[in-house]
Amino acid sequence: MAFFIFRRCVGFVLTLLAVSVVVFAVMNILPGDPALTILGLDASEDALAALRAQLGLNDPAPVRYVSWIVNAVQGDLGRSHSFGVPVFGLIGERLGMTVALAVSGMVVTVALALVMGIGAASNHRRFGDWGVMFLSQIGIAMPAFWLSILLVLLFAVKLRWLPPGGFPGWDDPVAAIRALILPTVALALVQSAVLARVTRSSALEVMRLDYVRTARASGFSRQRVLWRHVLPNALAPIVTIVGMQFASVVTGAIVIENVFYLPGLGRLIFQSIANRDLPTVQALVMMFAAIVVAANFIVDILYALIDPRLKGRM
Amino acid sequence: MPHDTISRLAGAFIIAAGIAGSGGAALAKSGIVIGLQQEPTSLDPTTDATASIDGMLTHNVYESLTTVAENGEVLPDLAESWTVSADGLTYVFKLAPDVTYHDGSALDSADVLFSFARAMADDSVNPTKSIFAPIESVTAPDPLTVEIMLKKKDAFLLFNLAQGDASIVAEETAATNNTAPVGSGPFKFDSWTRGDRLKLAKYAAHRDAANVALETVEFRFISDPAAASASLLAEEIDAFPGFPAPELLPQFQADPRFRVNIGSTEGEVILAMNNSKPPFDDIRVRRAISYALNRAEIIDGAMYGQAVPIGSFYPPHGPAYVDLTGAYPHDVEKAKALFAEAGVAGATMTIRTPPFPYATRSAEIIQAELTAAGIDAKVENVEWGFWLDEVYKKQNYDMTIIAHTAPNDMSNFARGPKYFYGFDEPDFNDLWTRISEEADPAAREELLKEGQRYLTDQAVHGFLFQMPLLGVFKTGVEGFPASQPVLFTPLAGVHWK
Repeated sequence: MAFFIFRRCVGFVLTLLAVSVVVFAVMNILPGDPALTILGLDASEDALAALRAQLGLNDPAPVRYVSWIVNAVQGDLGRSHSFGVPVFGLIGERLGMTVALAVSGMVVTVALALVMGIGAASNHRRFGDWGVMFLSQIGIAMPAFWLSILLVLLFAVKLRWLPPGGFPGWDDPVAAIRALILPTVALALVQSAVLARVTRSSALEVMRLDYVRTARASGFSRQRVLWRHVLPNALAPIVTIVGMQFASVVTGAIVIENVFYLPGLGRLIFQSIANRDLPTVQALVMMFAAIVVAANFIVDILYALIDPRLKGRM
Repeated sequence: MPHDTISRLAGAFIIAAGIAGSGGAALAKSGIVIGLQQEPTSLDPTTDATASIDGMLTHNVYESLTTVAENGEVLPDLAESWTVSADGLTYVFKLAPDVTYHDGSALDSADVLFSFARAMADDSVNPTKSIFAPIESVTAPDPLTVEIMLKKKDAFLLFNLAQGDASIVAEETAATNNTAPVGSGPFKFDSWTRGDRLKLAKYAAHRDAANVALETVEFRFISDPAAASASLLAEEIDAFPGFPAPELLPQFQADPRFRVNIGSTEGEVILAMNNSKPPFDDIRVRRAISYALNRAEIIDGAMYGQAVPIGSFYPPHGPAYVDLTGAYPHDVEKAKALFAEAGVAGATMTIRTPPFPYATRSAEIIQAELTAAGIDAKVENVEWGFWLDEVYKKQNYDMTIIAHTAPNDMSNFARGPKYFYGFDEPDFNDLWTRISEEADPAAREELLKEGQRYLTDQAVHGFLFQMPLLGVFKTGVEGFPASQPVLFTPLAGVHWK
C-alpha cells in the first residue's frame, strides 16, 4: 500500500509537469499578445513595448518557463498579467465558489442517482423502472446550459422563488444557499442521469446473484436487502463513474458559473485565456489537472475500502 | 401551463411556505443595480483600454480636466474654465478650487502635472498615448492653474482631455488604482468582488454632491445575453445600459415594467478590407464589394433592424455627417461586372470574424451576398486574442468585420501602411492634418465632410452601420444618456422618478 501511494505521488508530479509544459507551449504558440489585449486598438507602439517589458514578455520562452517553474515550486505562482495582482490570491478568492458548487453538485448527483438507480432496479421492468430510464435518457440528452436557462426562466423569472444568478457571499448564509440551489440542480440533474443508469445496471447484476435470493429467503425485508446487501456489492462500478464524473462536474461547474454569473474559477479561466494571461491560465489548468488526478487517486483508495480483495493487488 | 395558473400557484406557494426571501427585491430607490456585459480586469483607465472601465468609473470615480456632454459638446470638469492663445498652441486651465480625492487629500495643479507626466513618460503604458502626442510641455504657475503648450495645433485636445485615459490621479494612489481606484468624482469606490460585482457610493464631499441623486451604485457582470435578459425580467437588476442582444428587445418593449432606449454610439461597424493585399488594392474590387452589400438586409439579419446604415466613416448623429449610403446602391450585376473587369470573378475571399454577435451575424449575411455576386466567400470565426494578433497586428487577413468605437477615429485612415487597414494615401493624410489643426468648428465640419466623401469614393471599406446603444431600464430609472459620444456613462444625473 505504501509503495502504491508513493508510485501514485510520483505519477501525480510527472502528470502536473507534463501539463505545465503543454499549457505553456500552447499559450506561446497560440496567436495573441497580452500587451495588445490590455492596451487595445489605439495603443501606440512604444506603450506596447513598455508594457511587454513590464510583464517580462521579452525574455525567451524557455527562460520564462524555467523561472515560472522555479517560482511555482517555492509557492509563488506569479502575478496575473491582466489583473496585476498575485495569481495565488486571485485563485484563492474564487476557489470557494467553485468548490461549493462542485461539492453540492456532486452530493446531489450521488443522492439522486442512488435513489433513482436502486429504485429502478428494484422495480425492474415495471413502471418505476421505465420512468427512471426515460427521465435519465432526457437528462443525458439535455445540455446543462440549456437546462440552466429553463430553470432560471421558471424559478427565477416566472415564479420568483430563487435569484436568477449572482452570489451574495457567505455573510448571509440563507441568501448564499438560495443562490446555489438552481446552479446545483442544473449541474446535478444532468450528471445524475448518467450515474442513475450505471447504478441501475450494477444493482441489477448483483440482484441476480444467489446470496441476494438467500438473504430474501431468510426473511430480510426487500429494502434492507437492497441497501445493505445489494448496494455495497454494486458500488465498485458506481464509484468508478463517480470518480470520472467528478472531473466533468468541475468542468460542468465552469459552464454553469457563466450562465448564473457566479464568481468562480470558470469565469476566471475564460477571461484569462481571452486576455492571454499566461500566469493565471497556467496556474488554473494545473489546479484542475491536480483535482482530476487527485479524484482518481481517491477512487483507487476507495476501491480498496469497498472491495478488500483489491488490497493485495495495489 | 398558462401564465396566470403558474403565477397563482407561485403566489400560493410563497404564502404557504413563506420562503419569499429577498431575491428579487431591488435596493431602496436611492440605489441602482446596473448590469454590464464586460468585466474589466483592472480599474485603472490610464493603463488598460477595456471599455467597461470607462463605462463604470470615468467621470463617476475619476475626473478629467474637461468632460463631454451627450451632444458631444466639451464642458468644464476639474478645469472650471480655460483660455486658448490666438495661435492655438497655449491652453491655460483654471482648476476648480477645494477639490478633494476620495481619501481626503487635495487635488491641485501638481496632480495634473503628475498625471500628464505619467501618461507622457517613455515607459508609459497609457492605452491612448496619442492624446498626449501634440503636447510640448505642461506647467503649473500656481496650485489652481495649469498651462499646456502644444507642438502643433490640435482641434481635438479639449475633447480628448475628457477621456478616461487623461484622468487626473494622485501620485500616492496611481499604482493601486487598478484594484482600489481613488479619484475625485461624484462616486467613490466601495468594493469589487471579481467575477461578480463592483460597488460605488456617493462621495458626499464632491463639489456637485447636491445634484447627485444616487447613494449607491452596484454593477453586476453578466456576460451571457440570456442570463442578462433573465436577470432583468426577474428584476434582479434595474438597468442594462449596453444590452447585448437586439433580438431580445421586443419582449422588453412590450412589458410596461421596462423602458427600452435605442440610441447611437461612436461605433462605426465596417467590413474592413486589407487595402495593401491583392486583390483589395484594386479600387474596382473594393467598389464591387460595396455594390454587393445590402445594408438593409445586414441590419435586419444581424441587428434585428436596430441600427442606422452608414455610407462612410462618421457617425450619423455627428454635426458633420453627410449621408453617403446611396453611393453604392445594392446592385449585384454591377458588382459582378466590376469583379470580372478586375479579373477576380469566382475568386476566394475570406472574412476573418472576431467573436462578437454583430460581427459573426453580419459575416454570414455578407458571405451570402458576396456569393450571389459570384465570389467564393468564406467566413472564419476567430477568437479575440487571435484576431488582435493575426488580423490587427500582423495584417494577415482579406476582410474582417469590426466596430471602431473611439470618437474622432477618422484618424485611423491616416495611421499609415502599418495600421491593419493597409491604407496609405498622402492626400488623406494631408486632409487629416488639416482637420486636426482646424480651430474653427464650421471649417472643420466642412473638412470632415470632405474626408467622408473621400473614403466613400475610394471604397476603402464596406461601411455597414452605426452600432446602436441598446438600453433596457426598469420604468422609473431616468437620466442615463440616450446616446454615447464617448465611452463613459456619467451617473451623477441618474435618478428614480
